[in-house]
Amino acid sequence: MKEQSLFHKVTIGIIVLWLLLFALIPNIIMFVVSFMEYDSSSFVKAVFTLDNYKQFFSDNYFKIFINSFKIAAIATLLCLFIGYPFAYILARSKSRYKGLLALLVVIPYWTSALIRTYAIFYMLSANGLINTILIKIGIIDAPLKLLYTEGAVIFGFVYTLLPFMILPLYATIEKFDFKYIEAAQDLGASKIRTFYHIILPLTSPGIIAGVVLVFLPALGLFYIPNLLGGKTMMVSNIIQEQFITSVIQNWPLGSAASVLITVVMGLMIWAYYKSSKSFQTKVL
Amino acid sequence: MKTSKLQWSYIFLVYVFLYLPLIILIIFSFNEAPTGAVWKGFSLKWYDKLFHSSTLITGLINSLLIGISSATLVTIIGTLSAVTLFRFKFFGKNFIISLLYILIMSPEIIMGISLLLLFKFLSLSLGFQTLLITHITLCLPFVMAVLFTRLSNFDIHIIEAAKDLGANELQTFFHIILPSIFPAVVAAWILSFTISMDDSICAFFTSGPRFEILPQKIYAMVRTGVKPEVNALSTIIFGVSMLIVIVTQIMLKERKR
Repeated sequence: MKEQSLFHKVTIGIIVLWLLLFALIPNIIMFVVSFMEYDSSSFVKAVFTLDNYKQFFSDNYFKIFINSFKIAAIATLLCLFIGYPFAYILARSKSRYKGLLALLVVIPYWTSALIRTYAIFYMLSANGLINTILIKIGIIDAPLKLLYTEGAVIFGFVYTLLPFMILPLYATIEKFDFKYIEAAQDLGASKIRTFYHIILPLTSPGIIAGVVLVFLPALGLFYIPNLLGGKTMMVSNIIQEQFITSVIQNWPLGSAASVLITVVMGLMIWAYYKSSKSFQTKVL
Repeated sequence: MKTSKLQWSYIFLVYVFLYLPLIILIIFSFNEAPTGAVWKGFSLKWYDKLFHSSTLITGLINSLLIGISSATLVTIIGTLSAVTLFRFKFFGKNFIISLLYILIMSPEIIMGISLLLLFKFLSLSLGFQTLLITHITLCLPFVMAVLFTRLSNFDIHIIEAAKDLGANELQTFFHIILPSIFPAVVAAWILSFTISMDDSICAFFTSGPRFEILPQKIYAMVRTGVKPEVNALSTIIFGVSMLIVIVTQIMLKERKR
Protein backbone atom coordinates (compact mmCIF):
# COMPACT_ATOMS: atom_id res chain seq x y z
CA MET A 1 0.00 0.00 0.00
CA LYS A 2 1.54 3.28 -1.00
CA GLU A 3 -0.92 5.63 0.52
CA GLN A 4 0.58 8.40 2.61
CA SER A 5 -2.20 9.89 4.65
CA LEU A 6 -1.61 12.55 7.27
CA PHE A 7 -2.79 10.15 10.00
CA HIS A 8 -0.20 7.62 8.96
CA LYS A 9 2.61 10.20 8.88
CA VAL A 10 1.75 11.62 12.29
CA THR A 11 1.65 8.25 14.06
CA ILE A 12 4.92 7.11 12.53
CA GLY A 13 6.47 10.48 13.30
CA ILE A 14 5.54 10.27 16.96
CA ILE A 15 6.91 6.77 17.52
CA VAL A 16 10.13 7.43 15.60
CA LEU A 17 10.77 10.68 17.46
CA TRP A 18 9.97 9.06 20.79
CA LEU A 19 12.28 6.12 20.26
CA LEU A 20 15.12 8.27 18.97
CA LEU A 21 14.85 10.85 21.71
CA PHE A 22 14.15 8.60 24.68
CA ALA A 23 15.73 5.27 23.76
CA LEU A 24 18.63 5.79 21.36
CA ILE A 25 20.01 9.23 22.29
CA PRO A 26 20.09 8.62 26.09
CA ASN A 27 22.21 5.53 25.57
CA ILE A 28 24.55 7.42 23.27
CA ILE A 29 24.87 10.17 25.90
CA MET A 30 25.66 7.56 28.54
CA PHE A 31 28.34 6.06 26.31
CA VAL A 32 29.88 9.45 25.55
CA VAL A 33 29.79 10.62 29.16
CA SER A 34 31.66 7.49 30.26
CA PHE A 35 34.66 8.80 28.30
CA MET A 36 34.52 12.29 29.79
CA GLU A 37 36.20 13.88 32.73
CA TYR A 38 34.55 14.39 36.09
CA ASP A 39 33.87 17.95 37.09
CA SER A 40 32.63 18.96 40.52
CA SER A 41 30.62 22.00 39.38
CA SER A 42 28.85 20.80 36.24
CA PHE A 43 29.03 17.00 36.72
CA VAL A 44 30.80 16.46 33.40
CA LYS A 45 33.66 18.15 31.57
CA ALA A 46 33.85 17.61 27.83
CA VAL A 47 37.40 16.26 27.75
CA PHE A 48 38.14 12.79 26.45
CA THR A 49 39.59 10.38 28.99
CA LEU A 50 39.85 6.68 29.70
CA ASP A 51 40.32 7.29 33.42
CA ASN A 52 36.82 6.18 34.38
CA TYR A 53 37.44 2.74 32.94
CA LYS A 54 40.96 2.65 34.36
CA GLN A 55 39.62 3.54 37.78
CA PHE A 56 37.16 0.73 37.43
CA PHE A 57 39.72 -1.90 36.60
CA SER A 58 42.33 -0.88 39.12
CA ASP A 59 41.06 -0.32 42.63
CA ASN A 60 38.28 -1.36 44.92
CA TYR A 61 35.61 -1.03 42.24
CA PHE A 62 36.86 -4.01 40.32
CA LYS A 63 36.47 -6.20 43.38
CA ILE A 64 32.85 -5.11 43.68
CA PHE A 65 32.38 -5.68 39.96
CA ILE A 66 33.61 -9.27 40.25
CA ASN A 67 31.69 -9.74 43.48
CA SER A 68 28.42 -8.75 41.85
CA PHE A 69 28.88 -11.38 39.17
CA LYS A 70 29.70 -13.93 41.86
CA ILE A 71 26.55 -13.10 43.87
CA ALA A 72 24.36 -13.10 40.77
CA ALA A 73 25.86 -16.41 39.63
CA ILE A 74 25.34 -18.12 42.99
CA ALA A 75 21.75 -16.87 43.12
CA THR A 76 21.16 -18.12 39.57
CA LEU A 77 22.58 -21.56 40.33
CA LEU A 78 20.49 -21.86 43.48
CA CYS A 79 17.39 -20.90 41.49
CA LEU A 80 18.28 -23.57 38.95
CA PHE A 81 18.84 -26.27 41.57
CA ILE A 82 15.63 -25.43 43.39
CA GLY A 83 13.61 -24.69 40.27
CA TYR A 84 14.54 -27.59 38.00
CA PRO A 85 13.24 -30.46 40.17
CA PHE A 86 10.17 -28.37 40.97
CA ALA A 87 9.39 -27.64 37.32
CA TYR A 88 10.13 -31.26 36.38
CA ILE A 89 7.86 -32.78 38.99
CA LEU A 90 5.07 -30.33 38.26
CA ALA A 91 5.31 -30.69 34.49
CA ARG A 92 5.27 -34.51 34.71
CA SER A 93 2.50 -34.79 37.25
CA LYS A 94 -0.93 -35.81 36.05
CA SER A 95 -2.73 -33.71 38.59
CA ARG A 96 -5.90 -31.95 37.52
CA TYR A 97 -4.69 -28.83 39.26
CA LYS A 98 -1.42 -28.57 37.35
CA GLY A 99 -2.34 -25.26 35.72
CA LEU A 100 -3.48 -23.81 39.00
CA LEU A 101 -0.28 -24.96 40.71
CA ALA A 102 1.81 -23.27 38.02
CA LEU A 103 -0.22 -20.09 38.50
CA LEU A 104 0.53 -20.22 42.23
CA VAL A 105 4.21 -19.74 41.39
CA VAL A 106 3.45 -16.47 39.62
CA ILE A 107 1.11 -14.94 42.20
CA PRO A 108 3.78 -13.67 44.63
CA TYR A 109 5.40 -12.06 41.61
CA TRP A 110 2.35 -9.86 41.25
CA THR A 111 3.28 -7.84 44.31
CA SER A 112 6.13 -5.44 43.84
CA ALA A 113 9.66 -6.81 44.14
CA LEU A 114 10.44 -4.09 46.66
CA ILE A 115 7.72 -5.37 48.98
CA ARG A 116 8.94 -8.94 48.60
CA THR A 117 12.42 -7.73 49.48
CA TYR A 118 10.96 -6.00 52.52
CA ALA A 119 9.26 -9.28 53.50
CA ILE A 120 12.67 -10.98 53.52
CA PHE A 121 14.11 -8.04 55.44
CA TYR A 122 11.34 -8.45 58.01
CA MET A 123 11.92 -12.17 58.36
CA LEU A 124 15.69 -11.91 58.75
CA SER A 125 15.79 -8.89 61.07
CA ALA A 126 17.34 -9.23 64.56
CA ASN A 127 13.99 -9.92 66.24
CA GLY A 128 12.37 -11.36 63.12
CA LEU A 129 10.78 -14.76 62.78
CA ILE A 130 13.90 -16.85 62.18
CA ASN A 131 15.81 -15.48 65.16
CA THR A 132 12.73 -15.67 67.41
CA ILE A 133 12.15 -19.33 66.57
CA LEU A 134 15.81 -20.24 66.98
CA ILE A 135 15.90 -18.56 70.40
CA LYS A 136 12.58 -20.11 71.49
CA ILE A 137 13.72 -23.65 70.75
CA GLY A 138 17.01 -22.92 72.46
CA ILE A 139 19.47 -23.34 69.61
CA ILE A 140 20.91 -19.89 70.12
CA ASP A 141 20.92 -17.41 73.00
CA ALA A 142 21.39 -14.11 71.20
CA PRO A 143 19.95 -13.20 67.79
CA LEU A 144 22.15 -14.12 64.82
CA LYS A 145 23.26 -11.46 62.42
CA LEU A 146 21.30 -12.61 59.40
CA LEU A 147 20.75 -9.26 57.75
CA TYR A 148 23.52 -7.25 56.08
CA THR A 149 25.37 -10.32 54.90
CA GLU A 150 26.10 -11.70 51.45
CA GLY A 151 23.93 -14.69 52.31
CA ALA A 152 20.95 -12.39 52.90
CA VAL A 153 21.46 -10.76 49.50
CA ILE A 154 21.62 -14.15 47.77
CA PHE A 155 18.53 -15.29 49.68
CA GLY A 156 16.74 -12.13 48.55
CA PHE A 157 17.62 -12.70 44.90
CA VAL A 158 16.57 -16.36 45.00
CA TYR A 159 13.30 -15.38 46.64
CA THR A 160 12.46 -12.56 44.22
CA LEU A 161 13.65 -14.24 41.02
CA LEU A 162 12.76 -17.94 41.46
CA PRO A 163 9.52 -17.69 39.41
CA PHE A 164 11.55 -16.44 36.43
CA MET A 165 13.56 -19.65 36.55
CA ILE A 166 10.62 -21.99 37.13
CA LEU A 167 8.34 -20.72 34.36
CA PRO A 168 10.62 -21.19 31.30
CA LEU A 169 11.73 -24.56 32.71
CA TYR A 170 8.14 -25.64 33.23
CA ALA A 171 7.25 -24.55 29.69
CA THR A 172 10.07 -26.59 28.07
CA ILE A 173 9.65 -29.67 30.26
CA GLU A 174 5.90 -29.64 29.57
CA LYS A 175 6.60 -29.91 25.84
CA PHE A 176 9.28 -32.57 26.32
CA ASP A 177 8.31 -35.93 24.85
CA PHE A 178 8.75 -38.47 27.62
CA LYS A 179 8.86 -41.34 25.14
CA TYR A 180 12.56 -40.49 24.73
CA ILE A 181 13.14 -41.56 28.31
CA GLU A 182 11.39 -44.87 27.77
CA ALA A 183 13.43 -45.39 24.59
CA ALA A 184 16.70 -44.64 26.40
CA GLN A 185 15.82 -46.97 29.23
CA ASP A 186 14.74 -49.73 26.87
CA LEU A 187 18.16 -49.43 25.31
CA GLY A 188 19.70 -49.97 28.72
CA ALA A 189 20.62 -46.47 29.83
CA SER A 190 20.73 -45.86 33.55
CA LYS A 191 18.69 -43.10 35.15
CA ILE A 192 21.71 -40.84 35.48
CA ARG A 193 22.78 -41.43 31.89
CA THR A 194 19.26 -40.74 30.65
CA PHE A 195 19.24 -37.48 32.57
CA TYR A 196 22.61 -36.28 31.28
CA HIS A 197 22.24 -37.41 27.69
CA ILE A 198 18.54 -37.04 27.02
CA ILE A 199 16.64 -34.89 29.48
CA LEU A 200 19.25 -32.23 30.14
CA PRO A 201 20.15 -31.42 26.50
CA LEU A 202 16.52 -31.42 25.41
CA THR A 203 15.43 -29.06 28.17
CA SER A 204 18.47 -26.78 27.80
CA PRO A 205 16.54 -23.94 26.07
CA GLY A 206 14.47 -23.60 29.25
CA ILE A 207 17.60 -23.67 31.40
CA ILE A 208 19.29 -20.97 29.33
CA ALA A 209 16.18 -18.79 29.30
CA GLY A 210 15.83 -19.16 33.06
CA VAL A 211 19.49 -18.36 33.66
CA VAL A 212 19.25 -15.19 31.56
CA LEU A 213 15.99 -14.14 33.25
CA VAL A 214 17.50 -14.52 36.73
CA PHE A 215 21.09 -13.43 36.17
CA LEU A 216 20.39 -10.17 34.33
CA PRO A 217 17.84 -8.71 36.78
CA ALA A 218 20.12 -9.75 39.66
CA LEU A 219 22.75 -7.40 38.28
CA GLY A 220 20.31 -4.49 38.12
CA LEU A 221 18.06 -4.76 41.19
CA PHE A 222 20.05 -2.36 43.34
CA TYR A 223 17.70 -2.25 46.30
CA ILE A 224 18.19 -5.92 47.19
CA PRO A 225 21.93 -5.62 47.95
CA ASN A 226 21.19 -2.23 49.44
CA LEU A 227 18.45 -3.27 51.88
CA LEU A 228 19.65 -6.78 52.68
CA GLY A 229 23.39 -6.25 52.23
CA GLY A 230 23.58 -2.87 53.87
CA LYS A 231 26.74 -1.77 52.11
CA THR A 232 28.17 -1.40 48.62
CA MET A 233 28.11 -4.96 47.48
CA MET A 234 27.30 -4.90 43.81
CA VAL A 235 27.93 -2.80 40.74
CA SER A 236 24.30 -1.65 40.78
CA ASN A 237 25.06 0.02 44.13
CA ILE A 238 28.00 1.86 42.62
CA ILE A 239 25.74 3.16 39.87
CA GLN A 240 23.11 4.17 42.40
CA GLU A 241 25.70 5.94 44.56
CA GLN A 242 27.35 7.80 41.72
CA PHE A 243 24.02 8.98 40.33
CA ILE A 244 21.76 9.60 43.32
CA THR A 245 22.71 8.84 46.89
CA SER A 246 26.35 9.83 47.22
CA VAL A 247 27.30 13.38 48.26
CA ILE A 248 29.97 13.64 45.61
CA GLN A 249 28.47 12.18 42.48
CA ASN A 250 30.83 11.12 39.76
CA TRP A 251 28.59 10.68 36.74
CA PRO A 252 31.28 9.71 34.23
CA LEU A 253 32.37 6.91 36.57
CA GLY A 254 28.76 5.78 37.03
CA SER A 255 28.29 5.86 33.25
CA ALA A 256 31.39 3.73 32.75
CA ALA A 257 30.01 1.15 35.21
CA SER A 258 26.71 1.17 33.32
CA VAL A 259 28.39 0.74 29.96
CA LEU A 260 30.34 -2.21 31.33
CA ILE A 261 27.26 -4.01 32.60
CA THR A 262 25.40 -3.19 29.39
CA VAL A 263 28.22 -4.86 27.43
CA VAL A 264 28.13 -7.95 29.65
CA MET A 265 24.35 -8.17 29.43
CA GLY A 266 24.45 -7.64 25.66
CA LEU A 267 26.92 -10.49 25.31
CA MET A 268 24.71 -12.76 27.40
CA ILE A 269 21.61 -11.95 25.40
CA TRP A 270 23.55 -12.50 22.19
CA ALA A 271 24.83 -15.87 23.46
CA TYR A 272 21.29 -16.82 24.43
CA TYR A 273 20.00 -15.87 21.00
CA LYS A 274 22.79 -17.82 19.31
CA SER A 275 22.31 -20.92 21.44
CA SER A 276 18.55 -20.97 20.95
CA LYS A 277 19.09 -20.67 17.19
CA SER A 278 21.70 -23.43 17.02
CA PHE A 279 19.45 -25.54 19.21
CA GLN A 280 16.63 -25.17 16.74
CA THR A 281 18.79 -26.18 13.79
CA LYS A 282 20.58 -29.03 15.57
CA VAL A 283 17.86 -30.71 17.51
CA LEU A 284 14.60 -29.81 15.89
CA MET B 1 4.77 -41.80 36.08
CA LYS B 2 2.84 -41.10 39.23
CA THR B 3 4.08 -38.26 41.37
CA SER B 4 5.28 -39.72 44.67
CA LYS B 5 4.63 -38.38 48.16
CA LEU B 6 8.25 -37.30 48.41
CA GLN B 7 7.92 -35.30 45.20
CA TRP B 8 4.73 -33.61 46.37
CA SER B 9 6.41 -32.64 49.62
CA TYR B 10 9.22 -31.02 47.64
CA ILE B 11 6.65 -29.03 45.64
CA PHE B 12 4.97 -28.06 48.88
CA LEU B 13 8.27 -26.93 50.40
CA VAL B 14 8.96 -24.59 47.48
CA TYR B 15 5.51 -23.06 47.89
CA VAL B 16 6.24 -22.55 51.58
CA PHE B 17 9.43 -20.75 50.60
CA LEU B 18 7.56 -18.55 48.11
CA TYR B 19 4.65 -17.68 50.38
CA LEU B 20 5.94 -17.77 53.95
CA PRO B 21 7.66 -14.34 53.98
CA LEU B 22 4.55 -12.68 52.56
CA ILE B 23 2.20 -14.52 54.93
CA ILE B 24 4.33 -13.52 57.92
CA LEU B 25 4.24 -9.92 56.75
CA ILE B 26 0.45 -10.05 56.44
CA ILE B 27 -0.12 -11.73 59.81
CA PHE B 28 2.17 -9.37 61.70
CA SER B 29 0.60 -6.31 60.15
CA PHE B 30 -2.26 -7.07 62.58
CA ASN B 31 0.07 -7.45 65.55
CA GLU B 32 -0.20 -5.12 68.51
CA ALA B 33 3.61 -4.96 69.00
CA PRO B 34 5.53 -2.73 66.59
CA THR B 35 8.36 -5.15 65.77
CA GLY B 36 9.36 -8.71 66.38
CA ALA B 37 7.78 -12.04 65.70
CA VAL B 38 5.97 -12.43 69.00
CA TRP B 39 2.20 -12.16 68.85
CA LYS B 40 0.92 -9.52 71.27
CA GLY B 41 -2.71 -9.48 70.21
CA PHE B 42 -4.86 -8.37 67.30
CA SER B 43 -4.79 -4.72 66.39
CA LEU B 44 -5.62 -2.47 63.46
CA LYS B 45 -3.52 0.39 64.75
CA TRP B 46 -0.87 0.11 62.02
CA TYR B 47 -3.59 0.51 59.42
CA ASP B 48 -4.78 3.55 61.29
CA LYS B 49 -1.23 4.90 61.37
CA LEU B 50 -0.86 4.14 57.66
CA PHE B 51 -3.94 6.17 56.77
CA HIS B 52 -2.61 9.05 58.81
CA SER B 53 0.89 8.82 57.33
CA SER B 54 1.02 11.74 54.93
CA THR B 55 4.28 10.51 53.33
CA LEU B 56 2.84 7.15 52.30
CA ILE B 57 -0.50 8.61 51.23
CA THR B 58 1.22 11.26 49.07
CA GLY B 59 3.37 8.53 47.58
CA LEU B 60 0.31 6.43 46.80
CA ILE B 61 -1.52 9.37 45.20
CA ASN B 62 1.57 10.21 43.12
CA SER B 63 1.91 6.56 42.07
CA LEU B 64 -1.73 6.40 41.00
CA LEU B 65 -1.42 9.72 39.18
CA ILE B 66 1.64 8.64 37.24
CA GLY B 67 0.25 5.13 36.69
CA ILE B 68 -3.02 6.33 35.21
CA SER B 69 -1.56 9.10 33.07
CA SER B 70 1.39 7.13 31.72
CA ALA B 71 -0.77 4.05 31.03
CA THR B 72 -3.32 6.17 29.17
CA LEU B 73 -0.77 8.06 27.09
CA VAL B 74 1.36 5.02 26.27
CA THR B 75 -1.73 3.06 25.24
CA ILE B 76 -2.77 5.83 22.86
CA ILE B 77 0.72 6.25 21.35
CA GLY B 78 1.33 2.51 21.25
CA THR B 79 -2.02 1.61 19.69
CA LEU B 80 -1.79 4.23 16.94
CA SER B 81 1.76 3.29 16.01
CA ALA B 82 1.21 -0.47 16.28
CA VAL B 83 -1.72 -0.23 13.87
CA THR B 84 0.25 1.88 11.40
CA LEU B 85 3.32 -0.32 11.68
CA PHE B 86 1.15 -3.37 11.10
CA ARG B 87 -0.66 -1.95 8.08
CA PHE B 88 2.04 -0.23 6.09
CA LYS B 89 5.44 -1.11 4.78
CA PHE B 90 7.83 1.81 4.75
CA PHE B 91 11.48 2.73 4.94
CA GLY B 92 12.88 2.34 8.44
CA LYS B 93 10.18 -0.01 9.73
CA ASN B 94 12.70 -2.65 10.75
CA PHE B 95 14.76 0.02 12.47
CA ILE B 96 11.77 0.94 14.65
CA ILE B 97 11.13 -2.70 15.49
CA SER B 98 14.77 -3.31 16.44
CA LEU B 99 14.76 -0.21 18.65
CA LEU B 100 11.72 -1.65 20.41
CA TYR B 101 13.58 -4.93 20.93
CA ILE B 102 16.57 -3.11 22.43
CA LEU B 103 14.22 -1.20 24.70
CA ILE B 104 12.52 -4.37 25.98
CA MET B 105 15.91 -5.99 26.62
CA SER B 106 17.64 -3.05 28.25
CA PRO B 107 17.67 -3.32 32.05
CA GLU B 108 15.66 -0.79 34.01
CA ILE B 109 18.69 0.58 35.81
CA ILE B 110 20.35 1.47 32.50
CA MET B 111 17.14 3.03 31.20
CA GLY B 112 16.91 5.04 34.41
CA ILE B 113 20.39 6.52 34.31
CA SER B 114 20.49 7.12 30.56
CA LEU B 115 17.23 9.08 30.79
CA LEU B 116 18.54 10.94 33.83
CA LEU B 117 21.55 12.00 31.74
CA LEU B 118 19.25 13.13 28.93
CA PHE B 119 17.09 15.18 31.29
CA LYS B 120 20.16 16.84 32.80
CA PHE B 121 21.43 17.51 29.31
CA LEU B 122 18.11 19.15 28.37
CA SER B 123 18.10 20.86 31.81
CA LEU B 124 14.66 19.54 32.66
CA SER B 125 14.04 19.50 36.39
CA LEU B 126 13.16 16.07 37.70
CA GLY B 127 9.53 15.52 38.67
CA PHE B 128 6.18 14.51 37.25
CA GLN B 129 6.93 15.19 33.59
CA THR B 130 10.30 13.41 33.55
CA LEU B 131 8.84 10.39 35.32
CA LEU B 132 5.91 10.40 32.87
CA ILE B 133 8.33 10.25 29.93
CA THR B 134 10.27 7.46 31.64
CA HIS B 135 7.23 5.32 32.29
CA ILE B 136 5.88 5.80 28.78
CA THR B 137 9.26 4.68 27.40
CA LEU B 138 9.35 1.76 29.83
CA CYS B 139 5.88 0.51 28.85
CA LEU B 140 5.92 1.29 25.11
CA PRO B 141 7.50 -1.99 23.89
CA PHE B 142 5.09 -4.03 26.05
CA VAL B 143 2.06 -2.20 24.67
CA MET B 144 3.35 -2.72 21.13
CA ALA B 145 3.94 -6.43 21.81
CA VAL B 146 0.40 -6.95 23.14
CA LEU B 147 -1.12 -5.15 20.15
CA PHE B 148 1.06 -6.87 17.56
CA THR B 149 -0.08 -10.23 18.92
CA ARG B 150 -3.71 -9.21 18.55
CA LEU B 151 -3.21 -7.61 15.13
CA SER B 152 -1.50 -10.71 13.76
CA ASN B 153 -4.90 -12.45 13.59
CA PHE B 154 -6.66 -9.39 12.26
CA ASP B 155 -8.32 -9.85 8.88
CA ILE B 156 -6.90 -7.11 6.67
CA HIS B 157 -9.71 -7.53 4.11
CA ILE B 158 -12.10 -5.80 6.48
CA ILE B 159 -10.05 -2.62 6.12
CA GLU B 160 -10.12 -2.91 2.34
CA ALA B 161 -13.88 -3.40 2.47
CA ALA B 162 -14.26 -0.26 4.58
CA LYS B 163 -12.10 1.70 2.15
CA ASP B 164 -14.10 0.46 -0.83
CA LEU B 165 -17.21 1.70 0.89
CA GLY B 166 -15.65 5.14 1.15
CA ALA B 167 -14.37 5.32 4.72
CA ASN B 168 -11.40 7.60 5.24
CA GLU B 169 -8.35 6.80 7.35
CA LEU B 170 -9.77 8.12 10.63
CA GLN B 171 -13.17 6.50 10.13
CA THR B 172 -11.50 3.18 9.36
CA PHE B 173 -9.45 3.44 12.51
CA PHE B 174 -12.25 4.42 14.88
CA HIS B 175 -15.10 2.35 13.45
CA ILE B 176 -13.36 -0.75 12.15
CA ILE B 177 -9.94 -1.36 13.67
CA LEU B 178 -10.32 0.02 17.19
CA PRO B 179 -13.51 -1.88 18.12
CA SER B 180 -12.06 -5.20 17.01
CA ILE B 181 -8.75 -4.80 18.87
CA PHE B 182 -10.32 -3.16 21.90
CA PRO B 183 -9.73 -6.05 24.36
CA ALA B 184 -6.02 -5.91 23.53
CA VAL B 185 -6.04 -2.14 24.09
CA VAL B 186 -7.56 -2.67 27.54
CA ALA B 187 -5.03 -5.41 28.29
CA ALA B 188 -2.20 -3.09 27.23
CA TRP B 189 -3.52 -0.36 29.54
CA ILE B 190 -3.69 -2.73 32.53
CA LEU B 191 -0.21 -4.06 31.80
CA SER B 192 1.24 -0.54 31.56
CA PHE B 193 -0.53 0.53 34.73
CA THR B 194 0.94 -2.39 36.68
CA ILE B 195 4.43 -1.84 35.23
CA SER B 196 4.25 1.81 36.22
CA MET B 197 2.93 1.09 39.73
CA ASP B 198 5.58 -1.58 40.19
CA ASP B 199 8.57 0.37 38.99
CA SER B 200 11.01 0.60 41.85
CA ILE B 201 14.13 1.21 39.77
CA CYS B 202 13.65 3.87 37.09
CA ALA B 203 11.78 6.25 39.38
CA PHE B 204 14.78 6.49 41.71
CA PHE B 205 16.77 8.04 38.90
CA THR B 206 14.27 10.09 36.95
CA SER B 207 11.98 11.52 39.62
CA GLY B 208 13.18 14.10 42.05
CA PRO B 209 12.23 14.92 45.65
CA ARG B 210 9.40 17.14 44.41
CA PHE B 211 7.49 14.15 43.08
CA GLU B 212 8.18 10.84 44.81
CA ILE B 213 6.12 7.74 44.13
CA LEU B 214 5.24 4.98 46.58
CA PRO B 215 8.25 2.65 46.07
CA GLN B 216 10.59 5.56 46.74
CA LYS B 217 8.75 6.46 49.95
CA ILE B 218 8.68 2.83 51.13
CA TYR B 219 12.36 2.46 50.35
CA ALA B 220 13.28 5.60 52.28
CA MET B 221 11.25 4.39 55.28
CA VAL B 222 12.50 0.81 55.52
CA ARG B 223 16.16 1.68 54.95
CA THR B 224 16.41 2.48 58.63
CA GLY B 225 14.54 -0.60 59.87
CA VAL B 226 11.21 -2.36 60.13
CA LYS B 227 8.17 -0.06 59.93
CA PRO B 228 4.89 -1.74 60.92
CA GLU B 229 2.79 0.65 58.81
CA VAL B 230 4.72 -0.63 55.77
CA ASN B 231 3.57 -4.14 56.74
CA ALA B 232 0.00 -2.84 56.66
CA LEU B 233 0.56 -1.17 53.31
CA SER B 234 2.14 -4.34 51.88
CA THR B 235 -0.90 -6.32 52.98
CA ILE B 236 -3.22 -3.91 51.19
CA ILE B 237 -1.07 -3.92 48.03
CA PHE B 238 -0.94 -7.73 48.07
CA GLY B 239 -4.73 -7.89 48.48
CA VAL B 240 -5.34 -5.47 45.62
CA SER B 241 -2.89 -7.35 43.35
CA MET B 242 -4.71 -10.60 44.13
CA LEU B 243 -8.01 -8.97 43.29
CA ILE B 244 -6.68 -7.72 39.94
CA VAL B 245 -5.28 -11.18 39.09
CA ILE B 246 -8.54 -12.90 39.97
CA VAL B 247 -10.66 -10.39 38.03
CA THR B 248 -8.46 -10.57 34.91
CA GLN B 249 -8.41 -14.39 35.09
CA ILE B 250 -12.20 -14.47 35.25
CA MET B 251 -12.44 -11.97 32.39
CA LEU B 252 -10.09 -14.07 30.26
CA LYS B 253 -12.12 -17.22 31.00
CA GLU B 254 -15.34 -15.42 30.03
CA ARG B 255 -13.76 -14.29 26.77
CA LYS B 256 -12.65 -17.82 25.91
CA ARG B 257 -16.23 -19.05 26.17
